[in-house]
Amino acid sequence: MTLNEEEEAMLAGKLGPLSQEALRHQIRVGDFFDAADFVPVTQAHIMADTESLGEAGVRWLEELTTAGDGQRRVRIPTITDPRGTDFSKAAFLGQTAAMLDLERRTIDAFRKLGVVMTDTCINYQTIQAPTRNEHVAFGDTGVVIYSNSVCGARSNFEGGPSALAAGITGRTPRYGFHLPENRRATLHVRVTFTPRSLNDWGALGACIGRIAGNYWAVPVIEGLERAPRSDELKHFGAAMASFGSVALFHLVGITPEAASLADVAPAGLPRHEVSRGDVEALHRSYRKDGEIDVVVFSAPQLSLYELRDLAALCGGLHFVKPLLAVTSPQVKPDADRMGYSAAIEAAGGTVLAGMCFYQSYAREIAEAKGWKRLATNSAKIVNILGGYGYEPVLASMEACVDAAVTGKLQ
Amino acid sequence: MTADRIFHARHGMGATVRGVALVAHDGFSARYDLDRIAGVFSRPSHELAGRSYLDRILVLDTAKGGVASAWMLHEMKSRGVTPLAFVFNSVNPILVQGAALADVPMLAGFDVDITGAIADGSEIEVDPQARTVRVMSPAD
Repeated sequence: MTLNEEEEAMLAGKLGPLSQEALRHQIRVGDFFDAADFVPVTQAHIMADTESLGEAGVRWLEELTTAGDGQRRVRIPTITDPRGTDFSKAAFLGQTAAMLDLERRTIDAFRKLGVVMTDTCINYQTIQAPTRNEHVAFGDTGVVIYSNSVCGARSNFEGGPSALAAGITGRTPRYGFHLPENRRATLHVRVTFTPRSLNDWGALGACIGRIAGNYWAVPVIEGLERAPRSDELKHFGAAMASFGSVALFHLVGITPEAASLADVAPAGLPRHEVSRGDVEALHRSYRKDGEIDVVVFSAPQLSLYELRDLAALCGGLHFVKPLLAVTSPQVKPDADRMGYSAAIEAAGGTVLAGMCFYQSYAREIAEAKGWKRLATNSAKIVNILGGYGYEPVLASMEACVDAAVTGKLQ
Repeated sequence: MTADRIFHARHGMGATVRGVALVAHDGFSARYDLDRIAGVFSRPSHELAGRSYLDRILVLDTAKGGVASAWMLHEMKSRGVTPLAFVFNSVNPILVQGAALADVPMLAGFDVDITGAIADGSEIEVDPQARTVRVMSPAD
């Protein structure tokens, strides 16, 4: 990689050991992808739940904080993805003291590094959405695909160590979706079904993700009958990223880089069609039987509007099964103030903030609580939790709430 | 006696390693697909479900899923439960970032479907600096 004067100084250790090690890591990644140079980034977003870090990752972070004064701070606004717990609900989740200790140590380390603990995977709804052509270093696949596709920003999937490195150096290797040529569509998808429910939007994204199948695939999509809302695109993109590792899609006439098909699509792209039948088949692929142990709304964290809709469904109900609704620390106070949290909890549900269910020791929670059959309206989470020993079922928010009342998904 | 077969990759990282290939035309995500404590593939729908990846060189189609793998490879390395190396048809940045932090060798980008070219259980050598994977003949 070609380095400028400042980067040469970093690599030589003249700006301290932290930026030196961060740049070395970035060069290893950049060399792998044949990046020509670095590109400055304006924001970084770090996924770093402690289930992923483990003791080894937490110690690695703590070692970073031992750099000298003035040499251990991030250089650009650097924020965090959901944490591994909501401390106020940890006992309810059956989380152990050891898990919480790791969380506290991680938070302490990040604060010493100057990282802002936003603990959210919906920062594009709650903190600051990136703008078109803004180069950023975002973690959380759902954040990246939304930022790239809906906002027109430029980011690769940046895992925690690389996002932190970008925060420390203020740059990232110029490869992947930082390059205009990689943002052109590689497949053309015509949809013949415009969903209404969030679970259907997620399932549609999942179907397209499965077709696309890898990180470098960029679907351009036609056929939607209306412009989706932010929450709909949130579930659509998060599921596409989860099922297909996709980081960018274009919606013709809707997303900013695709005013017309010709703007992003070279001639002769492979063509695919996704129908209502495909979306229904994806739902059926997860259905086991009617009995459920728990209902979870999470992944991505719920917006204020989603909590409003959920609260409206909960009036006068009494849940016989646990129902968890997970949101961001920014949305939770508003949900409390509007009475949405109280409405959900009056029915027997639990509103959690600053975590995400699958990033919070979901396997251990299943064992501690005896939860196996899980109902959700998140296509992303059904894709993940199969590997954690759950039998997830994808259904509408309404059906999930009914299941919490009856113990059965109809 | 048959000769070794050599396949060339476009991308490579890490040190040379030799071992037994665990092969499937399926994806890889440390969070979605693995029981990282037991060291086995745990997602029921994965082609390698129930099989151990310990001391094996994984030969798979592509890296999928979430950003957690970047941390998880580092954590797995601290307990000695990573695969010996990764060989992918294509890879996403997360696995590359994770392999860079955990120092796990990796190759990606072939002109053939590498999961079809290497038989499960083959003895192979991954040389990231030369960007090659060598399938040893039975006599090697």
